[in-house]
Amino acid sequence: MTTLAGESLNSCAGCEVALLNLGETLLDLLPQIQIVHLPVLVDNKYYGQLGQSSRLTLPKAVVGLVSGGIRNTEHLELLHAMREQVDVLVALGTCAATGGLPALANLTPEKSITEFAFTQAPSLAVQGPNAPMPQPKNTSIPEILPQCLPLSAHVKVDMVIPGCPPHPEWIAEGILSLLEGRPAAFPSRSVCSSCPTWRKGTPGNGSEGNRPVRRMLEQPSYDPEAPLSSMQCLLEQGFMCLGPVTLAGCGGRTGSPKCIAARTPCRGCQGPALSSSIPSVEYVAALTAAGINGATMPDKPGYISRFNAACDALLQLRESTRA
Amino acid sequence: MVRLTESHLRIAPLSRIEGHAALDIYLDDAGNVADARMSVMSLRGFESFIQGRPAEELPRIVTRICGICPWHHHLASTKAVETAMGVTPPPTAVKLRELCQMLATIPDKILHFYFLAAPDFVLGPDAPAAQRNVVGLAGANPDLARRAVKMRYGMQMALERFTGKAIHPVAVLVGGFSKPLLEEERRALLANVAEAKQFALDSMALARETLLPPFIKQFQDMGEYASGYLGTVDANDNVQLYDGDLCLMDNTGVRTRFAPKDYLTHIAEETAEWTWLKFPYMKKAGGLKLEGQNPLGLYRTNALARVNVAQGFATPLAQKELDIFRKEFGRPVHLVCLYHWARLMELVYCCERAEELLHDPEITGREVRLASIAPKAGEGIGHVEAPRGTLVYHIRTDDAGMVTMANIIPGTTHNNAGMNLSMKMAAQKLIRHGECSEEILNKVEMCLRAYDP
Repeated sequence: MTTLAGESLNSCAGCEVALLNLGETLLDLLPQIQIVHLPVLVDNKYYGQLGQSSRLTLPKAVVGLVSGGIRNTEHLELLHAMREQVDVLVALGTCAATGGLPALANLTPEKSITEFAFTQAPSLAVQGPNAPMPQPKNTSIPEILPQCLPLSAHVKVDMVIPGCPPHPEWIAEGILSLLEGRPAAFPSRSVCSSCPTWRKGTPGNGSEGNRPVRRMLEQPSYDPEAPLSSMQCLLEQGFMCLGPVTLAGCGGRTGSPKCIAARTPCRGCQGPALSSSIPSVEYVAALTAAGINGATMPDKPGYISRFNAACDALLQLRESTRA
Repeated sequence: MVRLTESHLRIAPLSRIEGHAALDIYLDDAGNVADARMSVMSLRGFESFIQGRPAEELPRIVTRICGICPWHHHLASTKAVETAMGVTPPPTAVKLRELCQMLATIPDKILHFYFLAAPDFVLGPDAPAAQRNVVGLAGANPDLARRAVKMRYGMQMALERFTGKAIHPVAVLVGGFSKPLLEEERRALLANVAEAKQFALDSMALARETLLPPFIKQFQDMGEYASGYLGTVDANDNVQLYDGDLCLMDNTGVRTRFAPKDYLTHIAEETAEWTWLKFPYMKKAGGLKLEGQNPLGLYRTNALARVNVAQGFATPLAQKELDIFRKEFGRPVHLVCLYHWARLMELVYCCERAEELLHDPEITGREVRLASIAPKAGEGIGHVEAPRGTLVYHIRTDDAGMVTMANIIPGTTHNNAGMNLSMKMAAQKLIRHGECSEEILNKVEMCLRAYDP
């Protein structure tokens, strides 16, 4: 019996729903696992079952699954407690791996977030500087940290299960590889490598090489009766598709990329294909190759770094020069 | 019973719920509960960081607010953007959206009832904490647990086969829907829904006859209060989940119908120092008080609220269940554990409504999206009924169609005051003279779980 502890930090619970989307496979796994902590399903408490302890404690476990990035002081305390108590720390999903989509908040000063919510929102009874704000210093709510960061910015992470949310097959692969004591086999190539759409190839003439980016206010062209393989690559059709720089595997081992299956372009939720690269630089090269003028893209950080704002070296450089 | 040694209890994390929250209980010198407060622990800042993003990307960003009800954020934000840009999606797209909302709500309700709430009812509030969960449920009643797991999974996969992605969906686009429903997909979904409907009816009967009745008295003893209720109704005053007028019923049962765009006339939000979650209240009350049998300004949302504000359900089996419910409990109903009962009636309704939509000849129409939309400056308010309650999006865009303001009030926020008062009342009734137990604290949490936050 392998003990398992789970925590959800700056997250949406989508990773936990993906875990449940193992379906009956999960029921078959359960006899091999003892869940000692997992707030969404299990009633273990931090301060003792009667809430009388003043110190946060987590139980010991072999495997620790953590979803969500680190955004406040409680997340940080829980992450350190988890690191101390588990043998193998697993970053479950893109938020834990890279900060994920909620790290888009890093493009906004943290003060403006609380100011909007508590002094400017149109539904507030009291607006402006006199509106009462939450007070982490005087109460027991955590303080917001300046940035939303991945787990690896704070502690050593032993395994990353990618995806927003991860495909259940990768969650099973992660857990089974640990139970069986073997290395996990996760995807390593880009979304394009598993995308069935057809490509015309390099446009090759100057006029095509300067097409503007098309926003999803327009319709991609495809025949709904025909399979995905008869749809032209959405990037070639001029739409922002982050497939070239995004890790494959959102559709599992054999499935098509999920957003492509919905006839919509990829936004990069599986995280960067290569951890050593700067996806925002590589992406501009991919656009050029498809004959698209990257300069016409509205909201560059919101597109190129939608799931990677905490880790994009170029964005951080831009922020630091602005400051 | 255990003699408490501390005057401050911190119950954290509140468990078998979807969000991140803690309950602080403060005892007076006599060991009785002076106050109890539920704090929501995080603020992720979506309203701020979606500013500056292209408005048509909003439906693909806000899904990450909730991985359990991403479809509802996907839908409500799309409706707000469409209003701001002044576009109307084709009728087939609207039907496909409502169909997806039904298909997404079915597994959500199964998840809540069987995985989160039922362990308390099947194993008992006093079962050891280590067993009081879905794993324990699977041990105690393996057939029921396996059926619940299969039904939830089956519906998620059916939704995924049609729309590509079930968790954090992408198929709803500003101006329509990304793909039409093919005839073979329609037939496959009908089979899935027929199976789900049978399971919904069985679940309803199990809850109504066996699981909930022994707990009615226990919940009455934990405190009950009259409040306002908010939900959505159709032209005939029936429960509607996708679109319609909002209906706010006050503590005395007086109902006010209004268009969602007028939400600021009827609802305002207070803030507190001790939680990151705001407190909406009925504006006409002039304020909010978290105390008493008839708390000032407090209203609630989610399933029980919806059946309180509506006259009925537009589908026959859900209406039949509502007739039984009304005969037994009247209207409005305030008892918090009856949220579960109402939730299962809605599960029946979602299955019936999905069937209706799948039989609509327009559902397989080919015209699912406007060809091209010009970005423009505007203001839009869009809403849907999410499993956890009314979900309101209010946005503004500039000439380039970029978001300049976004105000979001999710279901759980509407219920913030209600959840706080229900737990405080339960703690005050059950923790007396400095004595407490794990069972007592779990019963306090059962009051919270009823809201499915």
